[in-house]
This record gives sequence, C-alpha cells and structure tokens, in this order.
Amino acid sequence: MTNSTTTPLLQVRNLHKYFPIRKGFFRKTVGNVRAVDDVSFFVNEGETLGLVGESGCGKTTTARCILRAMAPTSGEILFRTKEGQTVDLAKLNRGGLRPLRPQMQMIFQDPYGSLNPRMTLFDIVGEPLLVNGMKNRKERTERVAEILRLVGLRPEYMQRYPHAFSGGQRQRIGIARALALNPRLVVADEPVSALDVSVQAQILNLMLDLQKRLNLTYLFVAHNLSVVKHICDRVAVMYVGKLVEMATTEELYRTPKHPYTAALLAAVPVPDPRVKTGNVELKGEVPSPANPPSGCYFHPRCEHVMDACRVQAPAFREITPGHFVSCLRADELQLPGIA
Amino acid sequence: MSKTQDVELRTRTKAFALRIILLYVSLPKTTEAQMLGKQVLRAGTSVGAHYREAQRAKSEADFISKIEGALQELDETDMVNTPLLSVRDLKTYFFLDEGIVKAVDGVTFDVYPGQIFGIVGESGCGKSVTVKAVLRIVEPPGKIVNGEILLNCKTGNEECQFVDLVKLDVNGKEMRSIRGAEIALIPQEPMAAFSPVHTVGDQIIEAVMLHQPVNKREARKIALQMFKDVGIPMPEQRLDEYSWQLSGGLRQRAIIAMALSCNPRLLIADEPTTAVDVTTQAQVLRLLRRLQEERGAAIIFITHDLSVIAQMASYVMVMYLGLVMEEGPVDDIFHSPHHPYTQALLRSIPSVHSTPRINLPTISGSIPHPFNKPSGCPFHPRCAKSMPGKCDTRTPALQPVGEKQLVSCFLYHDDEVAA
Repeated sequence: MTNSTTTPLLQVRNLHKYFPIRKGFFRKTVGNVRAVDDVSFFVNEGETLGLVGESGCGKTTTARCILRAMAPTSGEILFRTKEGQTVDLAKLNRGGLRPLRPQMQMIFQDPYGSLNPRMTLFDIVGEPLLVNGMKNRKERTERVAEILRLVGLRPEYMQRYPHAFSGGQRQRIGIARALALNPRLVVADEPVSALDVSVQAQILNLMLDLQKRLNLTYLFVAHNLSVVKHICDRVAVMYVGKLVEMATTEELYRTPKHPYTAALLAAVPVPDPRVKTGNVELKGEVPSPANPPSGCYFHPRCEHVMDACRVQAPAFREITPGHFVSCLRADELQLPGIA
Repeated sequence: MSKTQDVELRTRTKAFALRIILLYVSLPKTTEAQMLGKQVLRAGTSVGAHYREAQRAKSEADFISKIEGALQELDETDMVNTPLLSVRDLKTYFFLDEGIVKAVDGVTFDVYPGQIFGIVGESGCGKSVTVKAVLRIVEPPGKIVNGEILLNCKTGNEECQFVDLVKLDVNGKEMRSIRGAEIALIPQEPMAAFSPVHTVGDQIIEAVMLHQPVNKREARKIALQMFKDVGIPMPEQRLDEYSWQLSGGLRQRAIIAMALSCNPRLLIADEPTTAVDVTTQAQVLRLLRRLQEERGAAIIFITHDLSVIAQMASYVMVMYLGLVMEEGPVDDIFHSPHHPYTQALLRSIPSVHSTPRINLPTISGSIPHPFNKPSGCPFHPRCAKSMPGKCDTRTPALQPVGEKQLVSCFLYHDDEVAA
C-alpha cells in the first residue's frame, strides 16, 4: 500500500477550540478563551510527535479535541482508519466515532487519579474489551494476561486493586488499558511527569519498546524538554494556543528558528554543574488566551522584535523541508540551540 | 568520631579551629583525625587553605607563624566556619495505627552561612520531613524521637552559641520568634500557601509586623521594597491583590518576597519550582541565586530534580528512604558519584544532551512502601552491586570516601550504623 506511507495517520487542519466567557444575567458571551487557535500539524504512522509548551498553552486541549473528548469549535481532524479510509473526526457524532474509538487511546498523567480504586486490574484492563464486544470472560482473561505481560506486570496480579501498586506500576496499568484494543494512535498526556525520577526511565523505555513492537503512533504531550528530546521523532511547540514551530527533534533542538523555542531550550536545566544554563532569561508572563497581544503573540517577550511583529500575525510556514515556523524573521535569525 | 569530639567541634571557637589544624597535622592519619580535617575542609573556607599551607612549613617556628597568620584571618571568617545550622542524628517517626513510619532515620548535616545546601531525593526519602523538623512543623502523628537541631545564635555570646530547636516548645515564644524571622520557608505550592481571602500585601505586612518593631505603614514600605526586589511589575497594585489574581510565576515571587521580608539567615526552599513551567523555573532559580548573593542567607534547597540541583546547589546531600546515601560538593556528586544509588539515578535521567531513543539504564523495581522498608541498606533490593549477607543485614554508616565526599555504602568501608 503506497497510501500508508504517503498519507499521515493523523492530520489536523486549522483546529480551533474556543471557550466562551459568559457574563451577566443572560449569560451573554462577551469574549472567547482561544485555547486552541488555528493549529495544523500531522503525525505519520509509527512516529512520535511531541507537543510541548507551557501550562495553559492549549496542548492538552488539542490532544483532547483529537480524541474527541471535547468537540472542536472548527477545523478538520483527518484520521486514516485501519481500513485505509480517511475520516474527519471533527465532523462525526457520538455514534460515528464509536467504531473508531478502539483505534485511538489515551495515557493519562496522574496514575493515581486515572484508575478507579474500586475496580481490579482485570476490570480496568478488561473493560474496554467488554465494551467492544468481548463477552467471553475466559477469552477476556487471556487477553488481559497477555497485555499485562506486555507492559511488564505479572498476570497473577489481575485480581488486585490499584492501591496495591506503586506509581510506576500504576502507570503500566494505564498503558495496558490503553493498549487493550490494539490502538494505532496513542495520545499520552504527560505520562511521566507524575512519576519518580528512578521510575520515569522505566516507563519511557517501555513506551519506546511497545512502539517498536506494535508499530504505535504517539502524540506525546509534555512540558519536560529533556524527556521530549529522548522519545520524540518530531516536536511541535505551542504558545498561547498557536503552533510556533514544528520540526524533527534534532533540527528543532540544534537550530531552533523561533525565538520562543530558543528561549525554552535555554531555560532547560542540565544535570551537570559544569554546564551553566538559564543565562538567557525570558522576561514577563505568558499572555492570557482570552486577551492575546496583537500581531505575533510572542512579541511582548521577544528580544528580536521589530515593528512589523506588533501588527502582523506571522503565518505558520515551511522554511526548509519539514521545518515549520511562524516568525516573520525566521529566515534571518540565527538562534542558539542545543547540540 | 566520638561524642565529645563531636560536641567540641560544634562549639568550635577561634582557638578550637587552631586545635583542629594542629590535630590534623600532628596526629597520624587515623579516621578520626581525617574526619575532623574533612569537616574543616568541608567548610570550604580559608581554614582548609591554611591547613595545607601549614603542612608545607619547614620548621616549627615557621609553622606557628603560619598558623598565627591563619588565625588572624579566621577572626574575620569565624562566622563562616561555624555552621549556621547543625543537624545531628535526627530521627523523625510517624506513629500510625498500622505501624511506625521512619521517615527520617538518623540524618546528620551542617549548613554553613552563605551556602546553598541541596537535598535531593525521590518521594518518601524524607527530605521534606527533615526540613519540617527543622522548623518544628511536623504534624502529628509525626514526632522527633531523637537528635539535635542546633541553630547558631544571632548574638553569638559565649553563653548561648547554639539553640537546640528540638528542646524548644513547638508553640513557645522562642520557636515562634525563630520561625519566619530566622528560618523562613518557601513552600512547594504557592497557591496553598497564601490565604485566598486576604490580599498578599496584608499577609506580608502581618508577618513583618510580627517579627519587627514597625508600624503598619513602615511594614507596607518593607513589603513594597520586597516586591520590587523580587521583580514583581507594578508592585503597588500587586500588594493589594489576592493570591488567585496573580499568575503562577508572580505568586511564586510573592511567596519568596514574603519569606525574605524578615531577612532570615536560613531560607528553606521546598521544591520551589515543581509546580511551575520551565521558563518560570529559570526565572525563579535566577532570582533565588541573586537574592542569596545579595543577602548572604544560606538556603536549604530541596528538590527531586537532579538538573535543578546541579544548577543551584554548592553542596548536595542525596537521600533515600530516610537515610543519607551520599553527600559532597556538587561537582563531585555529579562527576564522581560513589554510591550506587547516586550513580544509577544520574544514569537514568534523560538530558537534552544525551542520545535520544535509546533505552535508558534504569533502576529496577520501585521505591518500597514505608511500612516494608528493607532491612540493612535501604537500597539493597534495587542495587546492582548489592552484597548478600552484608548489605541486607547491616546498615552502612555515612563515612568519608575520597577527598570531600561522604558515602554510606559497604563498597567503600565497613562501618555500620550502631544499633
């Protein structure tokens, strides 16, 4: 199938998600929080796209819109199904989405909040199977055991409750539940940020290993740039609801083209006292998505600002093959990256 | 090191500093003498340099003159050589119905003036409980069952050089005058630290008026100056805002302003950047470093993030399950870690400089539940170099290894914690 190599598994086009701000007795809409504001990107099959940004930049909202945990305001979410058809998830209703749900799953951030304490491991991992028609208990037990082994848990633990497991093991349970239905797209929303340092590496290794074995496609939402660099093939950077840059991981870290990306990279602390980081300070605060600045949203904090930046919103354009950036000065700026 | 020497060391005076130097030079290289010498070196001050110079002396007269020169300089640096805070064999247990959780099980460390002392460890290692014990704010059923927490007195008269915080009444006048004024805390969650029904200004003013003999107007002036110092834009307006009106970064700055408002000599920062973004984190760390340089306060910096500790601390203590695994100057901890736990921890973190998409070396297993703490060395079930029959039965003591580090591991010595 030539189709599978050329068409991305997931293609997001001009995605918008506005949350209305209502005021007064009649709850009149007085404005919008532009959580996701014209975001376009694609994810190829078998790769990992990292979505990074500071809190409130809309990365989780984007992820949730893709999974249709919430309905986008406008835009297209084109998903290539197992059968090879391309469907627009944004247009489908509940019933239409249902047959597609098994193909896209989510791994949550908090392994304590995302598992029902009153369900056993078998119930938690088996529930998606039951919902999708695997009524035979014996069959289900076998499948659950298989998945548990896959994520590195002993099948004997099946009748235990989540409280009996540590944070890392719980995250494995969350991953097992996401993989129960053989999904093709897995959206992982900060899957390691709630874990201890010594356990993070185990989960990252597991995710890399599972991707190789099951040909999974990950959309990896995170704020830790070290983790993102480790696990992602390509990275997209978000700022106040917009994508500012997208490129392969290596290119983005080595030669960032957007001043915001460069500032983010400069802020990452390095675990070596001999390498001093944080010398470039990003001044000011992230603007509110309800009342973003004019022109380029980053201009009030940008050290390379020029007059045009204050009025003209830059387009998200491809400057070199595969490297997208929304900055008016992207062609001239030479920004420091990380080797 | 014997108990008496330990006490002596703590009440070290100018003359005693000389004695240590003499002791270290004249005594054969026993562990006791070495330990004393190491403690002097650890102060990272001129004492160490003078000792090295004195060692090179050709004659006795030369030696004495060199020591005298050193003493003169010590006069000026005496403050620096005396630890500001000295914690000795601290044990804090939580007495629960299900059993006893030994959150901190024998921790000893010194914090010197002007030092950024980093405590790093994963959840449940007792790093937060340690500093809560220092502030005497361990909630019941937690209790300090053993140890001394010696705070250097401000006055410095001979009568009271150190106050043992453990002996003070938790809610007594003395403890309350220390808490907030002498030792201040920057808590982890700035949202929870401020009251939502009082303006941030009022809360800082209250703290200032409690500890300083000023009226409300003067206190407000101090608060305003603090807001300016920590770089809050439009400080006048911000003072009259509520904590929920401030952004995460501003809130963190406001809490730092509050902690510094009474000019504490010791600042405890408990995971101050865990709840904020990487750019805000860089701002906060920079701010803390600048304020520390300007004001010369010592900082105990607690975090689970090794990258942050590498950038911030000058001296690092690595904890695991209530015990100190290793401690030493930051460069040694990161470039020649000795304890298998420190080594494994450093290998397992992905860095922006490391090779992507390869399997990271991991530490097998997970942190044990506090109720089933392993016997012997707490790390032995997860340790690749564990020695059966030794590590699982006996607990190693923290002993000097190499130049400046202290390690509790049987790979390097055979001293165990006395039962």
